[in-house]
Amino acid sequence: MLEPKSVSEVQEAVNTASTPMLIRGGGTKTALSTSSANGTVIDLSNLSGILEYRPEEFIFTALSGTSLKDITEMLVENGQWLPFDPPMANIGSTIGGTLATGLSGPGCYRFGGARDFVLGLEWVSGAGEIISGGAKVVKNVAGFDFPKLMIGSLGRFGIISEITLKVFPNMNSFGTVEWDCGDIDDAVDFVKEMTRTPIDLFALDLESNGIVRARLGGLSTTLNNRLERLSEYRDGAKIILGDVELDLWEHIREFLWLPDDYSLIKVPIMPNLIPQLDKCLTNSKSHRKYSVGGNVAWIGWSGTTQEIDTILSGLGLGGLLIIGSPETPWLGTSSTISIFADKVKSAFDPEGRFLPL
Amino acid sequence: MFSDFVDELSKMLTRDQILTAKSELIPYESDGLTAFKALPRAVVLPEQQSEVVDIVQLCHRYSVPFVARGSGTSLSGGSLPNTDGIVIGLNRLNRILSLDIEQRIAVVESGVINKNVSDAARSYGLYYAPDPSSQGVCTIGGNVAFNSGGAHCLKYGMTSNHVMGIKAVLPDGNLVELGGSSLENVGPDLVGLFVGSEGLLGIALEITLRLLPIPEAYRTVLAAYPSMELAGDAVAAIVASGLLPGAMEIMDNLTVRAVEEFVNGGYPIDAGAVLIVELEGESSAVEEEFVNLQEIVSKSGAYNVRSARNEIERSLIWKGRKGAFGALGKISPAYIVQDGVVPRNQLGAALAEIDSLSQEYGVRVANVFHAGDGNLHPNVLFDNKEDGMLEKAEAVASEIVKMCVRRGGAITGEHGVGMEKRHLMTDMFSDQDINQMLKLTNEFDPKGIANAGKMFPVDRLPGI
Ligand SMILES: Cc1cc2nc3c(=O)[nH]c(=O)nc-3n(C[C@H](O)[C@H](O)[C@H](O)COP(=O)(O)OP(=O)(O)OC[C@H]3O[C@@H](n4cnc5c(N)ncnc54)[C@H](O)[C@@H]3O)c2cc1C
Ligand SMILES: Cc1cc2nc3c(=O)[nH]c(=O)nc-3n(C[C@H](O)[C@H](O)[C@H](O)COP(=O)(O)OP(=O)(O)OC[C@H]3O[C@@H](n4cnc5c(N)ncnc54)[C@H](O)[C@@H]3O)c2cc1C
Repeated sequence: MLEPKSVSEVQEAVNTASTPMLIRGGGTKTALSTSSANGTVIDLSNLSGILEYRPEEFIFTALSGTSLKDITEMLVENGQWLPFDPPMANIGSTIGGTLATGLSGPGCYRFGGARDFVLGLEWVSGAGEIISGGAKVVKNVAGFDFPKLMIGSLGRFGIISEITLKVFPNMNSFGTVEWDCGDIDDAVDFVKEMTRTPIDLFALDLESNGIVRARLGGLSTTLNNRLERLSEYRDGAKIILGDVELDLWEHIREFLWLPDDYSLIKVPIMPNLIPQLDKCLTNSKSHRKYSVGGNVAWIGWSGTTQEIDTILSGLGLGGLLIIGSPETPWLGTSSTISIFADKVKSAFDPEGRFLPL
Repeated sequence: MFSDFVDELSKMLTRDQILTAKSELIPYESDGLTAFKALPRAVVLPEQQSEVVDIVQLCHRYSVPFVARGSGTSLSGGSLPNTDGIVIGLNRLNRILSLDIEQRIAVVESGVINKNVSDAARSYGLYYAPDPSSQGVCTIGGNVAFNSGGAHCLKYGMTSNHVMGIKAVLPDGNLVELGGSSLENVGPDLVGLFVGSEGLLGIALEITLRLLPIPEAYRTVLAAYPSMELAGDAVAAIVASGLLPGAMEIMDNLTVRAVEEFVNGGYPIDAGAVLIVELEGESSAVEEEFVNLQEIVSKSGAYNVRSARNEIERSLIWKGRKGAFGALGKISPAYIVQDGVVPRNQLGAALAEIDSLSQEYGVRVANVFHAGDGNLHPNVLFDNKEDGMLEKAEAVASEIVKMCVRRGGAITGEHGVGMEKRHLMTDMFSDQDINQMLKLTNEFDPKGIANAGKMFPVDRLPGI
């Protein structure tokens, strides 16, 4: 294992490593960052630090191994934050690992996910070159959008070394309305109705037991009225405020609900497909949470990878194994590599120095 | 050789879908950037997606360069034809294939006009957020190719933030489907790469868009300032306050006068600068923010502040802003629309530098821009009948963008690189960066036939 502390050390590491190289950030996404092949692990947890932060520009640049925790602390001091709710901050995720995996939390419902906040990236190629894309301003369309391409690339195209993100002013206060719809079908119908409300929902989640939660954020003076209005959408609303509310969403964002020894799988989905997926999983040992207005399923899974892969394929869904044994992380339809992705891989890693797609 | 190619074309298309007479080709010789002109050898007008695929496959087989064209409103020469190639006009590919109201998704063909998407969704309380000023004409395919923005991208982001899936034909004729219908994704963000690829990675046929609920309330404020600096400072103060308006736009005196003549909207023609700020969202939240906004604006040195009292007044304000380019056309025989970005705290200094460049070269520059995200649109006005003026105007336009890069910004915020800015790519990117872009184009388009000649400096162009 190599542990570069600077970008030039990353370049050196690339030149000496045996291949395929496996890139590790905080090592928290075990299915993705535990070595199983015979190549070298490049651990980036020492490649950390904020390089530039201009609060008045709402932009910062950090080395990729910087922990989400450090970033959040820095932003909070200036009344700012990353509204896409990067998950697993408490357990040591790095900003590089989060972007390379393409993970966003419940807050991406309102303002977009990790991909929508990246302005510029720099990475070290398999040949040891430093390459960059994007710029350090909030708007820019010059050249190909390589920063977006790197989101979700799982260390297959290069080693992300430096990241520029935009941030937003912090929400003054939050509140959540919770309903128990009884079952998943009713919950999905209700969520579809809520996605069209003119009320600015910050997050919209549901669970296999029929619980629906809608989160509001904004100026404290109007929050209560807005929560009251939101409650009127359906009988039985429960308003949650204060620390209880913050803990509730932290529990979701940090996956504290995931039992030990369970795998964690992310599945992009549409609301209409949720009832079907949920029913396929009812009789298995699994936990299901649906987030982002029913656009993603988080599955806590205790069965074999093979079993869930078959289920997802059967439904025409793709998934990514995030926590679990380091086999292939692609599940269901995402395991087919498109011609397009293949061409990108050839252009970025012609010698196959990183893991295959 | 080319005649064989045309013979094969005529086997797959009807006669009226193939234009080869000079008189028919002339309308296609430029796009919105009329300083560049080139006559293609033919223009083809497919009506079905499968026809586009067939045409591209044929181009690949015969190594005939092609340029995809939506409505030709590009301001960077993006849809400028190749003299040895064809133009594939996509306006007839204009079907909205599905509107899924429940899941807030629209699937459209690439020739659909931007505004038609919002029009189709409106009665369901939904709309498509990216709103280029050209939205009544430009196509979603063109928007995708350039990752186009608009006044309201401050809050909601550019085209890229609203596209979930793309079906496209690659330059080698392969058909691919990228992304899907979900807002979430696993694996590399291929949709994100395709958006903004300026037609170099292939032609988008079908695009899956995210629709948003129409904001319940708007508050639109128009503030007049004695100087551009004060207006710029007001923007900085609004941003710093934590308010997140839907749009923040500035127009300078020259633009305001042109616009007022055009729309009679009651714009203050004596103002050194006019700032438009629009809050939007849920009624109660917008009202609360409006109180804060008024307080900031009242302290910002504005000498006249007006809020739209109803939808008619609001649309009048926007008619002026969105019609600014057209209005400038009335006060100058020709002009170059420049597009550059600076960090927001550099706005004042950048505008001052533009002013001195304008004086140094003796050409007028009218500024109208997306102030909230530092995206400048200096319009360099000139008389194209006067010898040497085009060159002068181009020199000023070029100096302005270089200045943007020097200040830590970008050579284009939304109009793309196209032909116009290919020589400026090296100001912003290193050799290695550009090499990586070239390696990518080479994988996708080994024959260099897709929108050949665009985006890269001439000496770095992949050759055919
Ligand atoms: C419920 C739950 C409980 C968890 N519990 C724990 C726990 O107790 N302890 C723990 O350690 N983790 C835990 N995790 C995992 C975790 O926190 C996340 O997976 C985390 O966000 C990963 O970030 P990372 O920086 O650790 O990325 P890594 O896991 O190191 O890497 C993720 C992927 O990104 C790639 N990558 C990383 N950095 C780069 C880079 N700079 N350039 C290119 N590619 C890169 C890697 O190759 C890999 O494919 C838990 C996760 C969940 C869901
Ligand atoms: C008055 C005016 C105002 C404008 N305002 C704005 C603004 O506010 N914001 C903004 O961002 N832009 C603006 N523009 C620029 C322009 O309208 C946009 O760039 C628009 O997206 C171009 O769309 P189009 O259909 O006209 O594309 P075209 O000009 O026909 O083509 C643009 C580029 O896209 C490629 N292309 C077209 N269709 C496809 C496809 N299906 N697949 C792949 N590539 C394709 C072309 O090859 C070309 O490179 C403005 C232009 C004008 C004239």
